[in-house]
Amino acid sequence: MSALVWQIGTVREIRPETAKVKSFTFSLPEWMRHRAGQHYDLRLTAPDGYRAQRSYSIASAPERESAIDLTIERVEDGEVSTFLHETVIVGDRVELRGPIGGYFVWDATQRGPLLLIAGGSGVVPMMSMLRHRAAARSGVPARLLVSSRTIDDVIYRAELDQLASRRDGLEVFHTLTRAQPAGWTGYARRIDDAMLAEVARPSAKDALAFVCGPTAFVETAATGLERAGFAATRIKTERFGPTGT
Amino acid sequence: MERSNDELVLDGNAVGGLVAEVFGSDLTAAMGTCPDCGTEGELATLRAYTHAPGVVLRCPACDAVQLVIVRTPGGLHHSMRRRAKT
Repeated sequence: MSALVWQIGTVREIRPETAKVKSFTFSLPEWMRHRAGQHYDLRLTAPDGYRAQRSYSIASAPERESAIDLTIERVEDGEVSTFLHETVIVGDRVELRGPIGGYFVWDATQRGPLLLIAGGSGVVPMMSMLRHRAAARSGVPARLLVSSRTIDDVIYRAELDQLASRRDGLEVFHTLTRAQPAGWTGYARRIDDAMLAEVARPSAKDALAFVCGPTAFVETAATGLERAGFAATRIKTERFGPTGT
Repeated sequence: MERSNDELVLDGNAVGGLVAEVFGSDLTAAMGTCPDCGTEGELATLRAYTHAPGVVLRCPACDAVQLVIVRTPGGLHHSMRRRAKT
């Protein structure tokens, strides 16, 4: 079985993460160990033969066998994400192809430090990396900066708090761009050079940076990291948007 | 320079499955060179325009077209200008 062949995944569990984001667990008859950061293509076929296809990052750790989690944001007018959010129930089947991608990937055997910059649901592939880091008991220093609109839009908030509380070298930073709860001590603006420099500073020399988010976010973050001293070759980016392939 | 709507631009990583369908293996980490400006990089770093009929991969530095893939009822067709680096 190859990663290039479509297989039928069965929905085992659906968990709401935020108002607009859900995680779907799919069991796969031909599960293959993935690398943290990779994605699957998901394809729906209507009764009349019409097909729609999207790429979704894997959220689960490679250590989890026989099933994968895909965390999917509902996109306005997005035909695939809307269907997954509103129609799909446990036991339904969809076509999946993967794991795909050899560029935006991280393995715990790589030397750190690790710097992860995520905009919105760009945190999904980072979550696979951090779950992998925890499962592999890696002590590689890691910093995650997540930009969300409000506190209720932060995906994996409780799990990120829990991972950071292990005090194993992971630090998590949040910025809330639209509204902040009373007593908020994190950042409260869109990412900018000053914020990126603060988060990146202790690790700039030999760190590997991953940036994932909408195009404008990725451009700002990559440019800011370069100005903070990162070599362009140490910054890996992944853009997402409302599209199919 | 005229560009497509940048908010809709993805990168080569997102179309890795389609590219693998054409070439038979996952090429997202494969190095290559722009035929126009010579910029070198992984296929995953190219800009992917997926809203046209078909997928167009362009150079992130000069916008030159490096790879076009179109699906027709007869199958997948592609046009490659990107120079593979071995």
